[in-house]
Amino acid sequence: MQLIECPWCGPREEVEFSYGGQAHVPYPDTPGELTDEEWARYVFFRDNTRGRFAERWHHSAGCRRWFNAIRDTATYRFERVYRLDEPRPVTP
Amino acid sequence: MTSPFRTAEGGRIDRATTLEFTFDGQTHTGHPGDTLASALLAAGRHQIATSIALGRPRGVAAAWAEDPGGLVQVEEPFPEPMLLATTVELSDGLVAHGLPGQGRLAEVADSARYDGVHHHVDVLVVGAGPAGLAAALTAARSGARVALVDEQSEAGGSLLGGADRLDDAPAMRWVAAAVAELAAHPEVLHLQRTTAFGSYDDGFVLALERRTDHLGTAAPKQVSRQRVWRLRARSVVVATGAHERPVVFADNDRPGTMLAGAARTFLHRYGVLPGRQAVVFTTNDSAYDAALDLHGAGVRVEAVVDARPAGSPQRREACERAGIPVLPGAVVVGTRGVERVTHALVAPFADGEVGAASPIACDLLLVSGGWNPAVHLFSQARGRLVYDETLGAFLPGEELDGLSVTGAAAGVLDLAGCLVDGQRVARAALSALAVEPAGEDRLPTAPEEVVPAAPLVLWRVPDTSGAEGTTSFVDLQRDATVADIARAVGAGLRSIEHIKRYTTIGTAHDQGKTSGVLTSGITAELLGVPVQDTGTTTFRPPYTPVAFAALAGRDRGRLFDPERVTALHDWHVVAGAVFEDVGQWKRPRYYPRPGEDMAAAVLRECAAARTGVGILDGSTLGKIDVQGPDAAVLLDRLYTNMISSLKVGSVRYGVMCGVDGMVIDDGTVLRLAEDRFLLLTTTGGAAKILDWMEEWAQTEWPDLRVHCTSVTEQWVTFPVVGPRSRDVIGAVFPQVDVSNEAFPFMTWRDTILDGVPVRLARISFSGELAFEVYVNPWYGVAVWERLLEAGRPHGITPYGTETMHVLRAEKGYPIIGQDTDGTVTPHDLGMAWAVSKKKPDFIGKRSFARPANQDPLRKQLVGLLPVDGQTVLPEGSQIVDFLADGRLPPPPVPMLGHVTSSYRSAELARPFALALVKGGRSRIGDTLHVPVDGALVPVEVTGSVLVDPEGARRDG
Amino acid sequence: MAELLRTHPLMAWSRAFERLPEPVGITVEPFVATADVRLASVGAAASEALGVDLPTVPNTWVPTGTGRAVWLGPDEWLLSSTTETPEQLEARIRAAVLPLGGSATDVSAQRIGLRLTGARVRDVLAKGCSIDLHPRVFARGSSAQTSLGQAGVVLMALSDAGDDYVVLVRSSFAGYLADWLLDAALEFTTTHDS
Ligand SMILES: [Zn+2]
Repeated sequence: MQLIECPWCGPREEVEFSYGGQAHVPYPDTPGELTDEEWARYVFFRDNTRGRFAERWHHSAGCRRWFNAIRDTATYRFERVYRLDEPRPVTP
Repeated sequence: MTSPFRTAEGGRIDRATTLEFTFDGQTHTGHPGDTLASALLAAGRHQIATSIALGRPRGVAAAWAEDPGGLVQVEEPFPEPMLLATTVELSDGLVAHGLPGQGRLAEVADSARYDGVHHHVDVLVVGAGPAGLAAALTAARSGARVALVDEQSEAGGSLLGGADRLDDAPAMRWVAAAVAELAAHPEVLHLQRTTAFGSYDDGFVLALERRTDHLGTAAPKQVSRQRVWRLRARSVVVATGAHERPVVFADNDRPGTMLAGAARTFLHRYGVLPGRQAVVFTTNDSAYDAALDLHGAGVRVEAVVDARPAGSPQRREACERAGIPVLPGAVVVGTRGVERVTHALVAPFADGEVGAASPIACDLLLVSGGWNPAVHLFSQARGRLVYDETLGAFLPGEELDGLSVTGAAAGVLDLAGCLVDGQRVARAALSALAVEPAGEDRLPTAPEEVVPAAPLVLWRVPDTSGAEGTTSFVDLQRDATVADIARAVGAGLRSIEHIKRYTTIGTAHDQGKTSGVLTSGITAELLGVPVQDTGTTTFRPPYTPVAFAALAGRDRGRLFDPERVTALHDWHVVAGAVFEDVGQWKRPRYYPRPGEDMAAAVLRECAAARTGVGILDGSTLGKIDVQGPDAAVLLDRLYTNMISSLKVGSVRYGVMCGVDGMVIDDGTVLRLAEDRFLLLTTTGGAAKILDWMEEWAQTEWPDLRVHCTSVTEQWVTFPVVGPRSRDVIGAVFPQVDVSNEAFPFMTWRDTILDGVPVRLARISFSGELAFEVYVNPWYGVAVWERLLEAGRPHGITPYGTETMHVLRAEKGYPIIGQDTDGTVTPHDLGMAWAVSKKKPDFIGKRSFARPANQDPLRKQLVGLLPVDGQTVLPEGSQIVDFLADGRLPPPPVPMLGHVTSSYRSAELARPFALALVKGGRSRIGDTLHVPVDGALVPVEVTGSVLVDPEGARRDG
Repeated sequence: MAELLRTHPLMAWSRAFERLPEPVGITVEPFVATADVRLASVGAAASEALGVDLPTVPNTWVPTGTGRAVWLGPDEWLLSSTTETPEQLEARIRAAVLPLGGSATDVSAQRIGLRLTGARVRDVLAKGCSIDLHPRVFARGSSAQTSLGQAGVVLMALSDAGDDYVVLVRSSFAGYLADWLLDAALEFTTTHDS
């Protein structure tokens, strides 16, 4: 049972959290102006990275805040968590 | 029965108390402190069972969980299969029998209790042997929060099975003092009979505590039998010792063949002589202790057979003094005997070549091929193992954050070294946690030990028996042999993981505790590669088997899944409701009168709602309070229809879609104020929709000034439904003008009932004139009873979810998740009217324009009327069409869709259904077919609204 | 007509709670007016308007004189009052925070409270709560939203000795949690009572 660090509540068991997929995929400003292909990219396509991946997490059984994390998809290690209003950290 | 092999004195058993037990139908006695195995050995019984594939007799071969031979089925106090005789603590009245590798589950429910506990510590020490105790003492003395868990019935580890001395006294005295000191530290949790069986991320270790088994039938019923400790440690110290490794030779499985250290344990700990005439076969010095100790206890040791060319110069003299013959440069190549070993076949051994064998009579053959550190927890935590050429074993090969290994588990095999290492590792752990160790942290003094002669790494003795390795057992539990490994290698397998699966070695109950490293060694030998390259198979939890009941803990029976109930639950129970599960909610499905089945009750309840008045407990509906200056903006973006144009005091039906344009929920929206809305979601969608709204509000539109709060349990909700509902509402709430002019459909009004605020809304999920009553659930029962009282003259009828479903289905109102499945757009449901054309964007809008969502052959919601007027189509039934010739198309018959809802209708006086059908709306009026029980039932396709399509009733 | 009588979801459990021995005491907290308060930033103006300093340290609660203020999130609190009705509390708080861009919602009936007192209640909670409740970590003034058994709860420490807690649970889960607590407390009772 891994611990995930909520930026507010601190480390809690992973079962208190839910996964929100890739981070930094903003909702398009004007969906109506996108081609079907562009829109489908937004709706259906996400990166499938091996290694460091920026993703969204939700402390669903706790404070109910969303936050972002840099996690290594090969080791599951959370390298950084950061709030939504914080920029994506620069990782080496 | 007597215990002829019990020593006259000694051992850690309570000889003053006698326990009686039955094994294979025979009654025996033993003492508290015995295991089933030690008591059987005391009675002279070695064979426990026969093997699973070959039916060969098998006996006790080790003294604890690594034993591959002694599987038993316990019958009393409670049936439990696949236990090891060596780990079953003896209790009075125990009944057991040997098992050939397969057991039998109890046929009655287990009445024992099981539970789990979370516990947090700074330092967790696994193993209460010398290294673990030293580590725990150092950690405890610093004031840190410490847990010490150990799988045995008492602390001491290897000291329990030896005759070591510390501080010039028996070492167990130091153990007792250490245990007493730990008990005096308030922040120390010390658990015996507790096996750490899994090591996971972030210092998380699972341990199984056996709390009452040793008490037998005297176990207190309110105490859990077993407990899973969910230990979270900032630092884990693994001090799990080592398992002795056998050497493989022909017929090495005969009962009476035993690991040398195990024999020592049976002698010192249990006061049992495992035989009277022993041969000791070894590759290292540790087995000499067994030979000398057994000799001292009166066992005739016929020979120490030492595979090393020079034997052990260090130990030879002691053997000579005792008159024990030592045969250096010799091996055991085989055995004789059937149910018990009668002879060891001993042969000279040099440069890998075996000479002519001669038999030595014995009833006990002790074997030691060295020691395998118990690295399971380290490996489970993804620690890398390295092969040590000298020990012939795998050792921890790296430092892990927050997990360290000490003592024999780290390859330290001498007592003084274990003590020093335990203390060192604990100090390092404390230092990493920035905890200051205590000033006074003394270790006991161990007598100086002779440096042992170097061990020989010997996996197997060449088979000279002619059996070609087919009786040289590597995994006794799987009856897997050297020949099996050779066959695997011959078949081209190279990976140890593949060889494991091909031979099944290591896949049995013991998970390869004695066979795993042997397999690596023998495989490497056969392939001619270094053992390091072969490696080990992956160590996975659990270290020893864990019952599902223990893992379930108290999450069973009523507590298996939470039952959510409304404030009216007790009333429903008294009213005789039959409940159905809706998610975790218990909802009344119908209220049968005496003699009624569900169909009759539902027809009656439906008729009441359509012709008189009915009342439903709709409190499970999800409710979300949305507040803030931008509340309407958020709702406009999330609902398909326009919410911002809704007037305060009014109600609007709304649909939400995902970005893919598929419906995720529907419900009604009450505008409470310019900046405040109350959303009603489906029962099942409550949590999901709140999360959905929060997700968009927090992650995409943090600039919106809006807050969403769940108020699902803040309000009970009672739809009062039917032509007489206005009379009932008017009577209970006289301050409200309930006329259609003053209180029209899709509006809400607040009122006060005896000082309590009540909200009324004209919402209809039935198509009838209806009022929903909202009130704080503190007053829920009282208000419900007021409504019933006022409705009595009108025959008010409580109805359940089944009637609710019939009423809504007759109106074609879909249930999201029943009539939809995540592939259905609002247009597919015939709800284009609920999709705004004015709003520039909302979630899902862009997807409606995708070609796939414009296809006229998409599945659409329609009504189905079985032509026979009789058949209730099973929900989920497929729908097919005939060819022009009136026959089915050839297989595969195209499926046009499926039945999503199906009921009997009191109003229509016939069954009807809702269905998703390809191009359904263009088929209205057509006849399709539904296979039911092998027959094709003709059905007429209709619009989805079957009752009052004009809506005159609900608007009235 | 007569006054509208209140019913409590755990009425049927009160006898079982009364029979528990002192080390695992469980009592049902009286109904109390409670509002969910949302406010983006807390400062002098908020304290002035609310008459209480909302706690800004995550996972803490403070007494307010007539109730408690519990941190639920960086912009969310539970505020309770024993001297106001639910409607009065919501109206007062809403009026106070609206000018500050905040909101308030009556959630008085959304949860019920249980008071757990005694030397062994920490052991009972540890059977279903994964967070560290040791008084060194979870002392008076600590709170947490987490799971207890399979129910979401708000847990508050009322003492520094690990022997006094309040558990808030969604009303619909109250019966489940009561059953769970009784089951978890059973081993600390002297007789088998099932
Ligand atoms: Zn949190």
